[in-house]
Amino acid sequence: MSTRGRKPEPPQASPPASRPEATVSAVEMGARQREISVSEFFTKNRHLLGFDNPRKALLTCVKEAVDNALDACEEAGILPQVVVKLEVVSNGEPPPPPSQASRFRITVTDYGPGIVRQQIPRIFAKLLYGSKFHRLRMSRGQQGIGISAAGMYGQLTTGKPVQIISRTSARTPAHYFEVQIDTKKNEPRILEKKQIHWDSHRGTQVTIEVEGRYQKGRASVDEYIEQTIITNPHVKLTYITPEGETKEYPRTYHELPPSPREIKPHPYGIELGMLLKMLQDTKSHWLSGFLASDFSRVSPRLAEEICKAAGISPRKRPRDIHGQAAETLYKVIQSTKIMAPPTNCLSPIGEKAILSGLYQQIKGEFYTAVSRPPAVYRGNPFVIEAGLAYGQGLAEAAENQEEKKIPLAEGEDQQGNHELARVIRYANRVPLLYQQSACAIFKSVLDTTWRNYGVAQSKGALPAGPMVILVHMASVWVPFTSESKEAIADYDEIRKEITLALRECGRRLGTFLKRRERAQSEYRRRNIFELYIEEVVEACNRLKGGRLPTEKLKEQLQKIAMKRTGGEKTDELLGKKGGGPEGLPHSIIITPEGIEGEVSVPIAEAPTETAPPKGTPEDEEEAARPARRVQKPQRKTTARKAGGKPEKRETRKRR
Amino acid sequence: MAQTQRAKSSPVERKLIGVADVVITAAQRRQDPTLSIPVRSLSNVTFNEHKGLIEMGKGKQARSFFNVGMAKKFMQTVLVADALCELQRSDLTTSLREIYYRTKHTIKDSHENTFDAQDESDPVIEDLEVSLEALREELHVRAENGGSVVGPLVLADDGDRVDCAKLGKGGYSVPSIVEPEYLQIRKCTADFVLLVEKGTQWNRLSEDKFWRKYNCILLTGNGQPPRGVRRLARRLHEERRLPVYVLVDNDPWGYYIYSVIKQGSINLAFESQRMAIPKAKFIGLSSADPERYGLPRNVGIKLNDKDTTRARELLNYPWFQKTGWQQEIKQMLSSGLKYELDALANKDFQYLTKKYLPRKLKEKDWLD
Repeated sequence: MSTRGRKPEPPQASPPASRPEATVSAVEMGARQREISVSEFFTKNRHLLGFDNPRKALLTCVKEAVDNALDACEEAGILPQVVVKLEVVSNGEPPPPPSQASRFRITVTDYGPGIVRQQIPRIFAKLLYGSKFHRLRMSRGQQGIGISAAGMYGQLTTGKPVQIISRTSARTPAHYFEVQIDTKKNEPRILEKKQIHWDSHRGTQVTIEVEGRYQKGRASVDEYIEQTIITNPHVKLTYITPEGETKEYPRTYHELPPSPREIKPHPYGIELGMLLKMLQDTKSHWLSGFLASDFSRVSPRLAEEICKAAGISPRKRPRDIHGQAAETLYKVIQSTKIMAPPTNCLSPIGEKAILSGLYQQIKGEFYTAVSRPPAVYRGNPFVIEAGLAYGQGLAEAAENQEEKKIPLAEGEDQQGNHELARVIRYANRVPLLYQQSACAIFKSVLDTTWRNYGVAQSKGALPAGPMVILVHMASVWVPFTSESKEAIADYDEIRKEITLALRECGRRLGTFLKRRERAQSEYRRRNIFELYIEEVVEACNRLKGGRLPTEKLKEQLQKIAMKRTGGEKTDELLGKKGGGPEGLPHSIIITPEGIEGEVSVPIAEAPTETAPPKGTPEDEEEAARPARRVQKPQRKTTARKAGGKPEKRETRKRR
Repeated sequence: MAQTQRAKSSPVERKLIGVADVVITAAQRRQDPTLSIPVRSLSNVTFNEHKGLIEMGKGKQARSFFNVGMAKKFMQTVLVADALCELQRSDLTTSLREIYYRTKHTIKDSHENTFDAQDESDPVIEDLEVSLEALREELHVRAENGGSVVGPLVLADDGDRVDCAKLGKGGYSVPSIVEPEYLQIRKCTADFVLLVEKGTQWNRLSEDKFWRKYNCILLTGNGQPPRGVRRLARRLHEERRLPVYVLVDNDPWGYYIYSVIKQGSINLAFESQRMAIPKAKFIGLSSADPERYGLPRNVGIKLNDKDTTRARELLNYPWFQKTGWQQEIKQMLSSGLKYELDALANKDFQYLTKKYLPRKLKEKDWLD
């Protein structure tokens, strides 16, 4: 092709003499051309789906199975309960320690709705098969690749089929399947199918054997599970580690997230090709009817207007519109003012649930959460939510206090705490563990000027401090940078929302830090004088040759110090300036005296609103609602015993 | 050791005890103990044109104990005063670093150290120097032996006779305290003193026995000369009436070194009286020299932003207002180049000894 391209002669011209001898005729080439099945394609390109290395592959398999389980439960309106089990597989030999093992059996069991018998093989052994791709509705899975790809990976590395047990109700029997994928045809192959006895009345259990590597730490299965719990406090999860340890994560939020609705595509979100396809596929007979019924936010009147502007009759058959007319129609649609898409298709986590999740899973002294109002990118509605946990937690802080008793050498720091903040990212409640730096969330965290909020940050780096930053994007279609769903693409609209959410979190953190600082500096003010008086008096005594009435001088100086710093008044002030979330909406502050703020404790609560905030500013909302401050009972009692001033605190709160 | 030190309490000791008295008196009167410390910055110095010295102005800052911002500094000042007084009583000398270690401890019932690093204690010592009007030597604080001397000079150090003409090329290492009580000048037959900025060039001159041919004393401070070197040059100038010539690099820092030797420093302006040599002359390297001595342009170094800023600052100092100096600095700025003394080796290894300095001295080509 390229040689021809360079020659401007007509095609009849005799081929150049230098043309290589061994060529292939078009017929031969044609014979070699054949269809590539998606399964074959992904077998070769498994990194696209997140199976690049054994460690990541193990994580991806667990993730896909858990995502499916949670999606199924939520869609069926069942509070999810999931058991994840990892086992080391050894073929006859004594099992190696999990960190050395190379083969694992992953079993994920949910007590959800189950799957009807006919669908089981195709769900687990056919790529791009599922209910989620064709509809615009928020869910964890999007393409219908995940679980079947996991099964295919297992088949590829261990040769073992995927085992499924599923039961839809107590009245129906449980079905057991062993399926494999026919990679050439992208069709399931059933190896075994029978009815069995299963203890659970309903639910699904998937078992996949894969080659993998189990290693704790960053981007591990353990981390995935912990992060999942933070944004899914309504899930009860049991995790049995390869070491055989059982970790129970109880449900802390006893309410299903409101079920998201399915929506039709918004005209701004489609491309020309998509429009052409929709014109062909529609059931409507008229163009105006097509526009009004196949898109969201297009009223019959607006449809007429569009037709008029495009110069096409509203009565025209959609199938007859192509070429120039279709292009004009597309351009007119894009330039017409159309309402933003409806947002009831989204189910954000909600500020309370985020707070609850952070509070349960991460130790800290300050927590806050922000849910942004819905926004739109390319016709797809989305919601950004951010959460922030700051501090080391009381136990650690107390421990550090202990350590500080050792005299410090030159260059040593009192804080000794230069760790960078941790960013945890979510898309539709699923933690994203890889490709952090390619993600719009991470970039937004870097671009936020944290120094404005009293947090250190060197140029181009994450903010420094004991801090966890959580960002969640909920959307009917999350724009990932690749099929393995690891990083969110960098759309301006998304960046803007993330930045706004982070700034709000930052502002609240800044307020908290300033308040704490103020309270501490008052204390320090009096304290340093007391400390230094001792030093000064002793030095003076030595200067005077040890002939000084030191006690008298000390007393005199202490009196002056008291007078200068406001004396007893300061004590009162200190008690009152202890901080507290007044003016800090959706935040929790933990002090040695107790917890201040709204904490959803792990007990069943009366249903409260978890819908995204309406138009009202958060502050007003906060003021209007009677402040409900729940304290963890055991902490409260310890605080009282420790000699805090509960009476004083109570009056302050009532004020 | 001098007899005056043996007295019951020296004036310096009395001054140090005065710090304690400030605290005690204020406490009795229920007032905030406050020390008043002269400001050590350019804003608080004046150039006495008549004397040719930088003098400290009257600007003072108050350091109060019961002020959150100053409390620690105040406490540190009292601690350092105590340590310095201890030196007086036991008649010892010490270094800045040892003072830091002596006064450093963790305050009782806390995790706070009195001093975290030496850069906290050094300024406090300088504060006490200026506010008590006591020289560092009088406070018994010494610096490192940072300089060398060679030439027809006989000294007495701790009763030892030191003949600086018979100490090879290495010379005598100038102690940091050269006050007459510690170091006496027994004999000096030189005609002038040549103070060289760089140790390497001093070595060149010493190796070539420049001092023998031109009958001079060669001094170096390895960069900014320490107090001992400056004080020795001043004593030779004052007691033996020797002219002092300063040989530095052709860059803003070289100019500043010269100006400190001549008029004193901004930071410790009150010491100019005893340290400065208002009649010292700048012999080189001057901005006109590269052309006059045929130094190729390629041995120059481009002025960086810092150099340019510094040079502009120098232009505004009252003690650089003479026409010769304004010309000198402006010429450097307009050429955009600086030259090191070492660059003279481009022509010949011994160019400095054999050609450059002889011609300079012969032509009396120096700046005042």
